[in-house]
Amino acid sequence: MPNDKSKPRALLIKGGHVIDPAAKTNGPMDVLLRDGRVAEIAPPNKVRGSADEKFDARGLIVAPGFIDLHVHLREPGQGYKETIASGTAAAAVGGFTSVCTMPNTSPVVDTDDWVAWLRHADREAVVNVFPIGAATRGSRGTALTDFAALQRAGAVAVTDDGKPILDDEIMRAAMRLGAELNLPVVQHAEDTRLTEACSMHEGATSFRLGLRGMPAAAEANIVDRDVTLAQHIRESRLHVAHLSTSDALKAVRRGKRAKARVTCEVAPHHFTLLDEDVGEYNTNFKMNPPLRSAADREAILVALADGTVDAIATDHAPHATHEKQVEFEHASFGITGLETALALAITQLHREHKIPLTRIVELFTAGPARVFDLPGRGSLARGNIADVTIFDPKKRWTFEAAKSRSLSHNTPFDGWQFTGKVVATIVGGRVVYRAD
Amino acid sequence: MIHRLHSVMNKPARGSLLGIEHMEDKEILGLLKLARRMNPLKARPLLRNKRIMLLFYEASTRTRSSFEIAAKSLGAITTLVQSSGSSIEKGESLLDTGSTLRAVGADAIVIRHPAAGAPHLMAKHLDIPVINAGDGMHEHPSQALLDAFTILKHKKSFKGLQVAIIGDILHSRVTRSNCHLLTRFGVKITLCGPPEFVPEVAATLAPGLRVTRHIEDALRGADVIMLLRLQKERLVGQKIRVQDYIARYQMTAQRLKLARRDAIVMHPGPIIRGLELTAEVADGPQSVIIDEVHNGVPTRMAILAHALGKAK
Repeated sequence: MPNDKSKPRALLIKGGHVIDPAAKTNGPMDVLLRDGRVAEIAPPNKVRGSADEKFDARGLIVAPGFIDLHVHLREPGQGYKETIASGTAAAAVGGFTSVCTMPNTSPVVDTDDWVAWLRHADREAVVNVFPIGAATRGSRGTALTDFAALQRAGAVAVTDDGKPILDDEIMRAAMRLGAELNLPVVQHAEDTRLTEACSMHEGATSFRLGLRGMPAAAEANIVDRDVTLAQHIRESRLHVAHLSTSDALKAVRRGKRAKARVTCEVAPHHFTLLDEDVGEYNTNFKMNPPLRSAADREAILVALADGTVDAIATDHAPHATHEKQVEFEHASFGITGLETALALAITQLHREHKIPLTRIVELFTAGPARVFDLPGRGSLARGNIADVTIFDPKKRWTFEAAKSRSLSHNTPFDGWQFTGKVVATIVGGRVVYRAD
Repeated sequence: MIHRLHSVMNKPARGSLLGIEHMEDKEILGLLKLARRMNPLKARPLLRNKRIMLLFYEASTRTRSSFEIAAKSLGAITTLVQSSGSSIEKGESLLDTGSTLRAVGADAIVIRHPAAGAPHLMAKHLDIPVINAGDGMHEHPSQALLDAFTILKHKKSFKGLQVAIIGDILHSRVTRSNCHLLTRFGVKITLCGPPEFVPEVAATLAPGLRVTRHIEDALRGADVIMLLRLQKERLVGQKIRVQDYIARYQMTAQRLKLARRDAIVMHPGPIIRGLELTAEVADGPQSVIIDEVHNGVPTRMAILAHALGKAK
């Protein structure tokens, strides 16, 4: 949790345009934050309460605080890549007020003690940290962890991310136990029997580069099985992480039509880049799931617009230079993403593909809040937690990886020109980031 | 000279040979022309006192020995560094090994590596020419150049030639380089083999490629037949039935009759007699397999002379 030494004072965000899809608000509104909560939200100059401070939000969008369902902050154990402190600082720059951390650390977060450790004030988190616990012990895929204990300690979901929960029986047991506790099971959908020694998507580019390719079916097969389980296990909750293929989307749609509790997230790089963008073995374009075909990206764009996708999640995966400046096949999977997510969404989804800003805000706020049931978040309704993201949807800027707050700079977007930039990030009523 | 470790340099040094795909036509033709003027028995010491590092992360007989003979024929000093018996075994990274070789005075590095793109990585971070002697399943440009050299010794020109490439195309860096080279000069290539070795996507590699499953179809009218070894070391769990493969795709004297009477039979080696071809074909009058090995030396002399700016 953020360091709360100074009591937050009353802050009036004045003159902005509020987009709060959960509350169906889309218009000029002033917002008063007091004691860490949303005290009032009213049309311009109609807020009655007094404020110690004012934030001039003229020309800016005022939105509920963004929630990232999928980040790797590398602690415990891999502080040379990222720490909770550095990763949440990067999150704040990207407008995220809450991040959900993946448990594939060293050791794996598979006990309540480690969940508590992640949430401890000593971690010096700048934004809210919601740990996701491991679904199986050591994420080895053989024995379930103590979901109830993880949940009591504050875990918001379970997963073996980085790896799939491959075994049918283990996945079935995880979904059953998750259903009892109302805890989502997050699946990294990859049939690893089809992806051994692979380092990118299987297609013309992988053939040309002489790299072993992951077939799209490796993702769809697992999503298909899991959706079927979700349909048959009452009250079970399945969340598909970093969905990247057209066929996996079909399975998710099938589940949603059948009213199963199935949700999914998409990462900005998957709606922006293609497999062919790896160029001549650029390891900053290597991640898992890999960049896919044009047809897959097209299907993802449609699903982002039509509501099939529940959330945009970054899959922020920092790695040190020495882990990326190696042979492509040996390079670590993953890229950073916290600081570029909103800019990519506005540049790529809104400006290029005409997806309305209200929908984009939903994908960063109400959508993810629903996926993991984060009460009091994802909306600026009165009484909710005072997490707010303020951004300028028209601001043009250039992203420089060297200036990133993350400890790692493994991004494919270095030097990219974007439209849309975060101006301020407010967590529990306190401004934790403000653009210069 | 102070050399910054891992300094990011985006462009490979002039004279680097990383792959055929991105080469200009005139650079390819220039190298082939230069190769015809290279004679290992009457070589001029164009590269006197130049230091050429042969960095081999993978086994090699032909490529290594012919690069070494080529370098020495031109008066260069060569040093062989292999993954076993060097710091590579202790976990040194590719870039650190490259910097080390640069620091001991390398003027050029010839690299063979099991990972695709390894020479490209090294070339991006070093200011000396890097020559790709085979990277994973990606490219083997010096082999494609010596194959082109060999074809031109037996055929008047590339124009209108029909080439059949038969066997394990998926794992073949030689095929990728040959397809990039030959198709741009108007050669029509038929790729032939079972789906596990010749995926349909192979036809997208270059214009003028087609895929067939039937060896008879591939051979009919062929001027050049290129055979490939089954690369068992790259199969990663895939299983193939060798007897089925032999029955359907082995090059026999009988099948060879389907090709043009003056067709030549090529193979980048190593050949496995009794598997992808019979001994009769390997040693037969149409086989130019040994000629290819022989032509490797002048071709690699041309590559090295070009790399170090001594191409006269």
